[in-house]
Amino acid sequence: MTVPAPYDLLLDERGALCPMPIIALARASKQSPEATILLLADDPAAMSDVPAWCAMRSRVLVWTGIANDDQGQAFLVAPAPDNEP
Amino acid sequence: MSSPPLAPGGYFDAASTLPMRPQARQALLAALDQGFADPHRRYHSARQARRLLDGARETVAGIIGARPDEVSFATSGTQAAQIAVMGLAKGRQRQGRRLLVSAVEHSCVLHAARAVADAMVETIRVDEFGAVHPGSVETQISAGNTAFVAVQSANHEVGTRQPIGAIASLLADRDIPLIVDAAQTLGRDDCPTGWSILTASAHKWGGPAGVGILAVRNTARWRSPLPDDPHEGGRIPGFAAIPNIVAAAVALEEAEAERQTESARLRSLTEGLRSVLPARIPDAVVLGHPTDRLPHIVTLSMAYVAGEALLEDLDREGFAVSSGSSCVADALTPSHVLVAMGALTHGNLRISLPPGAAQSDVDRFAAVLPGIVARVRESLGAGDL
Repeated sequence: MTVPAPYDLLLDERGALCPMPIIALARASKQSPEATILLLADDPAAMSDVPAWCAMRSRVLVWTGIANDDQGQAFLVAPAPDNEP
Repeated sequence: MSSPPLAPGGYFDAASTLPMRPQARQALLAALDQGFADPHRRYHSARQARRLLDGARETVAGIIGARPDEVSFATSGTQAAQIAVMGLAKGRQRQGRRLLVSAVEHSCVLHAARAVADAMVETIRVDEFGAVHPGSVETQISAGNTAFVAVQSANHEVGTRQPIGAIASLLADRDIPLIVDAAQTLGRDDCPTGWSILTASAHKWGGPAGVGILAVRNTARWRSPLPDDPHEGGRIPGFAAIPNIVAAAVALEEAEAERQTESARLRSLTEGLRSVLPARIPDAVVLGHPTDRLPHIVTLSMAYVAGEALLEDLDREGFAVSSGSSCVADALTPSHVLVAMGALTHGNLRISLPPGAAQSDVDRFAAVLPGIVARVRESLGAGDL
């Protein structure tokens, strides 16, 4: 897995079923609003729910790819740029 | 004046099925006695059965805008959809091998298309409301080799209507047939026009289970995908269930008459839910088109909520609703409709009101749901997010 940008936090939610990966992502985003987060998840709903949650909470889904060892998906989630509402 | 409630108060899963309408039940009982005989025979009771079957066919044909000989009665909406898809792919074998189906079709249409041998199934994308754009259809058919296009009249999970008229007219210009699954529309909303094949299911409008509608235009190049059989114009195999068919036609007539006033009432109830629920529940998104939609369906997704827990708590409060979330599905995958729309798939609820749904039950639902959602979030440790 080559993540194309640096990240501050790694959340490995593989093995957790929906909505737990999104809850973990939301909690980490609340605790560290400025952090760029790499989320790993293998629940099939994450593929839809991570982008949908990002749109809902004005976060930016920078990149998605296959996680290490082909075990699930990786999502790189960043805060919205400062100059945006 | 609203009609008497058809279903128990709190039964908000009308898009799945309805109980049988009282008039349909009476018609069914009468037809068990009067319509038992083989309608193909030449004696008194056979002619009586034939008259009942013909009458039901004329009723349905009149409502959907077809000729009676274009209408066949299937044993379910699923069977009708399967025979529509497989038969049109067969009849159009030489014209095209691409089967274009909207990404939000009912799974029975998608599975039927995938079951056609030596054909390519391509999905037509939808927007965030779940609507197909005629421009997307136009782009996809420009590559040629198209056997047919299949687009539902309205979506079963979010209630969004599809632009069937516009799609039908651009397909007609190119002589490409259109299959319309109208299961959610018949008896609840205006029947679409311009289709080559239309399918529907009687238990959705308060008829009995076990009756589907397969209407095939005489001009459509449809060939039966099944072994030869003389019943139902050679389209549906086996002895027709005349009493059920009679009851289905009576129920459809009643549904059509009732919806003239009931649709507006249900639309205002669902309109209320669409504004009240997201105002009372944080991080809730209402799905589906805000205006171009069926009158009786409201769907929403709520972040940090497990659909399964939600359904259990609502059931305890006396409410029957459904969910497209993966934790509720047999296959543990989220609904393909929600995925195609790019919607949040967890914490999903579909509220579909039966005819006669009481304002007081809808109000009680809107009053209890926020507390249930808060409790489920709390139990998942997400109460403060």
